[in-house]
Amino acid sequence: MAEQTPTPAETPKPTIEVAPSPHLSNTHLTTRRMMLDVIIALVPVLIMAVWVFTWYAVLQVGLCVLSCMAAEYLLACRLRGRPSSLGDLSAAVTGVILGLSLPWSAPWYVAVIASFAAIGLGKVVFGGVGMNIFNPAMVGRAFVMISFSVVLGSGAYVMTGGLEVVSQATPLTAGKMEAAVIELWPLFVGNVNGSLGETSAIACLLGGIFLLVRRTASWEIPVSLIATVVVLAAGAQLAGVYPNLTVAHHLLGGSLLFGAFFIATDPVSSPMTVKGKFIFGAGTGAAIMVIRLFSGYPEGVMFAVLLMNGLVPLINNWTVPVPFGGPVPERK
Amino acid sequence: MRTTTTHAAKLTFPRGIHPPEHKELAETRSIEVIATPKKVAVPLLQHLGAPCEAVVKTRDMVEAGAVLGSSDAFISAPVHSPIAGKVIKAGVCTLPNGRHVPTVPVKADGDQLEGDAVWDAVFGGDWPTSGLDAHTPEAIVQAVRDAGIVGMGGAAFPTHVKLTRNDAKPIDTLMINGCECEPYLTADDRLMREASAAIIAGAILAARAAGAERVMIGIEANKPEALEAMTSAAAGTGVEVVKVKTKYPQGGEKQLIMATLGRVVPTGGLPLDIGVVVSNVATSAAIAGAVLRGRPLTHRVLTVTGKGIAEPKNLLVPIGISYGEIVDACGGLTPDAVRVVAGGPMMGFSIGNLETPITKGSSGVLVLTRPEVDRAPETNCVRCGRCVDACPLNLVPTKIALASRHGDWELAKKYHALACMECGCCAHQCPASIPLVQLIRVGKAALSV
Repeated sequence: MAEQTPTPAETPKPTIEVAPSPHLSNTHLTTRRMMLDVIIALVPVLIMAVWVFTWYAVLQVGLCVLSCMAAEYLLACRLRGRPSSLGDLSAAVTGVILGLSLPWSAPWYVAVIASFAAIGLGKVVFGGVGMNIFNPAMVGRAFVMISFSVVLGSGAYVMTGGLEVVSQATPLTAGKMEAAVIELWPLFVGNVNGSLGETSAIACLLGGIFLLVRRTASWEIPVSLIATVVVLAAGAQLAGVYPNLTVAHHLLGGSLLFGAFFIATDPVSSPMTVKGKFIFGAGTGAAIMVIRLFSGYPEGVMFAVLLMNGLVPLINNWTVPVPFGGPVPERK
Repeated sequence: MRTTTTHAAKLTFPRGIHPPEHKELAETRSIEVIATPKKVAVPLLQHLGAPCEAVVKTRDMVEAGAVLGSSDAFISAPVHSPIAGKVIKAGVCTLPNGRHVPTVPVKADGDQLEGDAVWDAVFGGDWPTSGLDAHTPEAIVQAVRDAGIVGMGGAAFPTHVKLTRNDAKPIDTLMINGCECEPYLTADDRLMREASAAIIAGAILAARAAGAERVMIGIEANKPEALEAMTSAAAGTGVEVVKVKTKYPQGGEKQLIMATLGRVVPTGGLPLDIGVVVSNVATSAAIAGAVLRGRPLTHRVLTVTGKGIAEPKNLLVPIGISYGEIVDACGGLTPDAVRVVAGGPMMGFSIGNLETPITKGSSGVLVLTRPEVDRAPETNCVRCGRCVDACPLNLVPTKIALASRHGDWELAKKYHALACMECGCCAHQCPASIPLVQLIRVGKAALSV
């Protein structure tokens, strides 16, 4: 039986506050931690980029990260007077992905302009982190791709006399335009030409699996995207379109895996519901294959993602989940 | 014509979360009986339904167990005095849920039961599990109503209403809820260990009243001692003890029914729509006390726990005692205590006044410290979907919350705001610290007008 023991007089009385439930939260889950997960997942990709493209990769990615963070500070904090959002690392993630999506040869001003377009047009005009419709890195990439078509076209990747890998065309270009036979093993490992982050399939897989395990990326998007690409690429192979590009080439070549794991999974610009994520992934995969097979571009990940980003509000609208137990009955 | 969606019973439910349990603070503490207070203030509305009218006047002398307030309404439950004493001037209290409710204060006067004698009267001694057929369903329902029994898991819905037979909605299963999925709380766990016979007797009586052929007791796997105690108490009675997986909110009645029977309670409906009555273990023990001993519901077991309380305990307390006296009986608040919660941390209400009386539905007093309640400043939603992954009701919490914040009630409705049960999984998981549950409450309130 309990005796009443009053609080001793010398103990200061605690001040009691009130707040709505729930009174506990998972403090391990923060936006910053999610962004950090993406950066950690990109480490294998970065290592491969440095291995294949040496200091070009370091310069390009570093410049994009710095420019994106500068753009975030100038446009979001100074111009719009918002509290500093650099700490959440979202601008840094945009910078890393943007840098990895550029060719090694892109001039410094292209990287800077792409970064300001990514943060400014891709994010800040919509209201900052979480409010954007399109993937900021892809907005920046598309902006410079259209503005500087010569220095970013497929010719930009090739240079004789420099690094060994860049003396040949990118694999998809070679397979599509020159009908060359492409070996698969280099595509898997990554010592081929291409944008900085896209060359190594194994690095993208490693980082991607980390993101899925951490649940920072939803597995539904890469799975449905890759499955759709496999189905359509198999159809193209059977039909004999570009006979040297098999299913495996479509999977391992270009930026398919980089895009599937790191770009399409951007939570802000992808749907929220399970069904919506499947639709988004499948739609992105289909758009990639349409661009690869029927357009003048060798690669279509960027435009496919941007196209599907634009459809996300509609997809969310179509896929409102039915509550457990059915819809709320109308009141009589 | 009833349509019931049935799935395989997987002993769990979709989605939900695994918050840290912190049951270790109090789970090893046996139930103690608190000293009889000098005064209790018994609220006249402790349940869902019509409030009671006081049936005693100031300066009346009352016996322990005397009726203090009652109502003729069907959905209501009388309130009784837990102590012998003198009725003093009527007061008003603010219950943790924010309702202002008149109280009947009783000042202790005369001989009181103390300590073990209280335990013996409420839970001690023998509880028969056979020969209960002598009690007719009508007599059981009447005894439950007279005893003022309401759901003691927190919702406080009058129990006799659930047990009254309705030919249009026959009941096949009585589900006793021993999940206690709220972190920190251990009162039901201790009650199952220490008063298992009373719970079984009450379950058999309740099943008889409701006409249920099957009686099940759902207990989360994180309570092995309770599972063992209930299994041995249930031996030979036909009552099934079911070990369900530990996950929050397994103790939600819809989740428990899904886990054990694989049936889906329709949104806006009740378990009885699909042939089930759900009762908490404490309610079940109270039913046994009412029918077999004629005891009104005047005492209950609750957990006093959290890092902000000096000595966490499980206490048997008289209803109407103040939160402050219970805190004092456990060594008082620690200097770093910042929040006193009535109930568990996920769905409990924080209180600002420790004079607030305990009601029939109070399952715990949780005192939290700054590091436990702190969260990062709110930032924009990044649509990561963790709230969607967590929601046991398959909603899109962030959409409802942001629609509510902008006053877009049509959008909140489109996303099924009224289906939300405010379990708190979404807000617990949100990496942007958005007060999702509170915003959804705003939307629900606007849609319910």
